[in-house]
Amino acid sequence: MPALDTPKTLFEKIWDAHVVTQEPDSPAVLYIDLHLVHEVTSPQAFDGLRQRGLRVRRPDRTFATMDHSIPTRDRDRPIADEMAARQVAQLEKNTTEFGITLYGLRQNAEKQGIVHVIGPELGLTRPGLTIVCGDSHTSTHGAFGALAFGIGTTEVEMVLATQCLLQRKPRTAQVRVSGSLAPGVSAKDIILGIIARYGISAGTGHVFEYTGEAIRALNMEERMTVCNMSIEAGARAGMIAPDDTTFQYVAGREYAPKGEDWERAVAAWRKLPTDEGAVYDAIFALNASELEPMITYGTNPGMGIPITGKVPDPAALPELAARTALLKALAYMGLRPNQPILGQPVDVIFIGSCTNSRITDLREAARVLRGHKVSPKVRVLVVPGSVQVKRQAEAEGLDRVFTEAGAEWREAGCSMCIAMNGDQLEPGQMAISTSNRNFEGRQGKGGRTLLASPLTAAASAVTGMVTDVRTMAIDKP
Amino acid sequence: MSQFTSLTSKVVALPRENVDTDQIIPARFLKTTLKAGLGDNLFADWRYNPDGSPKADFVLNRPEVKGYRVLLAGDNFGCGSSREHAPWALMDYGFSVVISTSFADIFRNNALKNGLLPVRVDPDTHAQLFSLLEEDPDVELTIDLASRTLTLPDGRRVSFPIDGFSRACLLNGVDEIGYVLGMGDKIANYEARTAK
Repeated sequence: MPALDTPKTLFEKIWDAHVVTQEPDSPAVLYIDLHLVHEVTSPQAFDGLRQRGLRVRRPDRTFATMDHSIPTRDRDRPIADEMAARQVAQLEKNTTEFGITLYGLRQNAEKQGIVHVIGPELGLTRPGLTIVCGDSHTSTHGAFGALAFGIGTTEVEMVLATQCLLQRKPRTAQVRVSGSLAPGVSAKDIILGIIARYGISAGTGHVFEYTGEAIRALNMEERMTVCNMSIEAGARAGMIAPDDTTFQYVAGREYAPKGEDWERAVAAWRKLPTDEGAVYDAIFALNASELEPMITYGTNPGMGIPITGKVPDPAALPELAARTALLKALAYMGLRPNQPILGQPVDVIFIGSCTNSRITDLREAARVLRGHKVSPKVRVLVVPGSVQVKRQAEAEGLDRVFTEAGAEWREAGCSMCIAMNGDQLEPGQMAISTSNRNFEGRQGKGGRTLLASPLTAAASAVTGMVTDVRTMAIDKP
Repeated sequence: MSQFTSLTSKVVALPRENVDTDQIIPARFLKTTLKAGLGDNLFADWRYNPDGSPKADFVLNRPEVKGYRVLLAGDNFGCGSSREHAPWALMDYGFSVVISTSFADIFRNNALKNGLLPVRVDPDTHAQLFSLLEEDPDVELTIDLASRTLTLPDGRRVSFPIDGFSRACLLNGVDEIGYVLGMGDKIANYEARTAK
């Protein structure tokens, strides 16, 4: 039996505390503290419950919202897309029937938003919890020192029915980010830098823990941006040890513990960080001081370069598979080998998504756009991540900064990140997007996506082409 | 529930790496509230022209591949979104096995829970399978779960990894949700132990 003081990682502490039972030669039965539900990946799971005649085991640990298939304008009118309207109505019916709190378009609408924005915002997301959702960007919640990961619909059904999941213990990887970010370089550039360096399957089978002074220096919303895209490196979960920054963010939120419970909770959370001497299965590293703003040029999030760089040349790649993949990607993107990415004209700027739609993201974008007009050549969408983010932005006058610059100011939702709600690129259009995926057609059939930070997106909105924010005169934060 | 024992089938070759689930089934088809019917839109943007007509150069549009139950694809198959609609679409189309050098974690889980078998092979075997198919598109492979083996036409057998639990569940059609429901007491004990 291991000694009581065997050093453990943050992940191992949370894992061990949530194993209900571990039968021989079987996956662990892992208890789930918080289950977030949205309209797209849940209808078949609720149907499964009905077929089995089951109830939701812990409706008090289950919260739903609608974000993927809902429109981000004309909310006062019925949803025009019949299938989307049916899907939304189905979630309303399911949450009513099974007694689940819904932050929807009609119920509790003042708190509706992207599932990975409202969880933290409501104080549902807290250190030490196990959190799942039928959405791969559930990794976002790991920013609080929670074990949070995406699941499929069959697993959604299992969690609804049992509040547990069958899980094999993943391996751990430390992602050490040293140094400090230069002005104009952001959390988004850290994660795009990591994925560009290590590739989109480096994290397969692993849970990431981001460590290092560059991570500690980030605020909670920046940490969420980093953890959000863990899945783009193949890691189902990405975590950051909780600290005072975390506790200050959680304190006072609707579902956060209060009074003595709060004191007890913080004392427990302080024990969560990885012990000295604990061992990870893999180690990745990045020096934040060397980072420039990053941007992608291809059709997966690993195809990224510093913004002052050039589009890679397939001819320079020795391996056939990699060369073929790059050729295909550049053909799809309409980019030339060796062209500088700076100055590449774009058609659309999208500022939003579970990666970059929180209030600090909008403040960063507004800092660049204040007093500017967007280029007449581009369409600019700014989509807040939640109704509460929207209200806050409006209280700060950010909406006027955007609209006076010529951008569209929308209602909260996934919008153009997923192109299943009316917001999408036309075939051949190129966008700079603060979202997380540049896969073929992700933002609309035939659409082309360059992933970048809110700063880069806003700077490029002014010029109508890929622009280095560091060359613009902007206000200090 | 979902079951898999063994099968022998011809093979569709899709020599692309990092096939993400947005390619397998684009998001605009996720507005359905059903599992069935997604096969028609499997790989929709690679498979159809903007006017809906089939693209002649895409492998699934070759008439002879109808009924093939094995898909041979490039590394890191199923990356990206957690949508279980991806394995639903592959199965609805008629696939029962996907062979690759690696699979993304969530896709792999989702596939296993639906009886779609992810068969991981080493890079050498993977390359051989592609060249074999290039020489003879009518090659048949046998995949046997009980013995965890892939059998090539020349009789050579290659073993593939799968954990014992998933294998037993697939072979016996175990309902995993039923299995965990059967642990209700243990779950209740855990809840009692961890409640304040």
